[in-house]
Amino acid sequence: MTAAGRIPAERLSWYEATARQRLGALVDPGTFVEIIGPEERETSPHLGIFDLPAQFDDGMIVGRAAIGGRAILIAAQEGRFMGGAFGEVHGAKLTGLLRAARMSRRDVVVLFDTGGVRLQEANAGELAIAEIIRALVGARSVGAQVIGLIGGRAGCYGGGGVIAGCCSTLIASEHGRIGVSGPDVIETNMGVEEFDARDRALIWRTMGGKHRYLIGGADLFVDDRPAAFREATLAALGRGGSLGLDTLVAEQARLERRLARFSDETDAIEVWAALGIGNAEAIPELATREFLLAAAGHRESADEAR
Amino acid sequence: MERMAYRLTAPHPAGGTRRQAIVGVVASGNLEVLVERALPPDVCSVEVATSVRGFGPVWEAVVADFVARRAAGGLRIAINDSGARPDTVTLRLAQAVRLICAEEP
Repeated sequence: MTAAGRIPAERLSWYEATARQRLGALVDPGTFVEIIGPEERETSPHLGIFDLPAQFDDGMIVGRAAIGGRAILIAAQEGRFMGGAFGEVHGAKLTGLLRAARMSRRDVVVLFDTGGVRLQEANAGELAIAEIIRALVGARSVGAQVIGLIGGRAGCYGGGGVIAGCCSTLIASEHGRIGVSGPDVIETNMGVEEFDARDRALIWRTMGGKHRYLIGGADLFVDDRPAAFREATLAALGRGGSLGLDTLVAEQARLERRLARFSDETDAIEVWAALGIGNAEAIPELATREFLLAAAGHRESADEAR
Repeated sequence: MERMAYRLTAPHPAGGTRRQAIVGVVASGNLEVLVERALPPDVCSVEVATSVRGFGPVWEAVVADFVARRAAGGLRIAINDSGARPDTVTLRLAQAVRLICAEEP
């Protein structure tokens, strides 16, 4: 299964691509085998009640593939269908994949693109988030890595942000926004003075890939290209790693340290300056290579705490 | 939701050997098209589920034009539509047929 797009993979933007295009460009050609593919028509049992159209894969593609010859399990969310949101079927497919990862001890790559839980099937979606987290931790506890790739239109928000926080490695592009409450949710609940959801620059520097990379919320920062995500995924797969009590203790210590270090700052630029980055205001303008150079030696890392 | 189903005589059989292909996304102004090689080579069926009501005659015209022009014989086509315009529908149908007729990777 591939997408119909005629754009060559090297020119494809990860942000603009569909889930199937991303998946096809990420794995070794011809190796992807889909599980519960669209032909099985395993669609949402809830959307019809709201007179909403279904999608045959419910916005979640799962299957087996190889990357650099290494067998993996893989999942991709379609951010343009229902904002990539988790529903009953969508979530169950990822839960099943992660349970299979525990049994097979195979590493998992998850292409996140989600606004969180689907409002039309909220209870099922919230339950799915809990089941996914449990299955993810189960897979990691036997040594399987779960690598999250974030750079899609919907970002990675809500329960998706929580799931991402449980991954062994996160790879983000500049477009890859990671959070729990999204900009509109914050503005609705806390007021526009707390967060102006129309201020795009504020969103990028508060939740975008560069900021997440600088404060250790993402582990690898890449260009908006499938080849860049692929290269980083190969590097992440080689890192190994396990999840144990030591990891959790280290993560708690890291987060407490971070809170103490930056709790007086009111904007991401102040955080970057506090990290010791010379020209912090220029960070949003920097191209990937210059950004990585500026970040080197200053960014916080979560290497021991994932 | 409005559902429509068409079964037409297809003058051109689909090439290639792939069993299925899917293109598009169910997003506003867009649609997904699933094609499966599941029928005799001179028949094409199209099932449509759309969130926009009242455009049956337009769908019928687009589908008839597609089957007459493209190599759609033998294909069972299923569409989930979220208010795509007829030109987008035509484009996705063409992409889907091209994909199922393409060489296996």
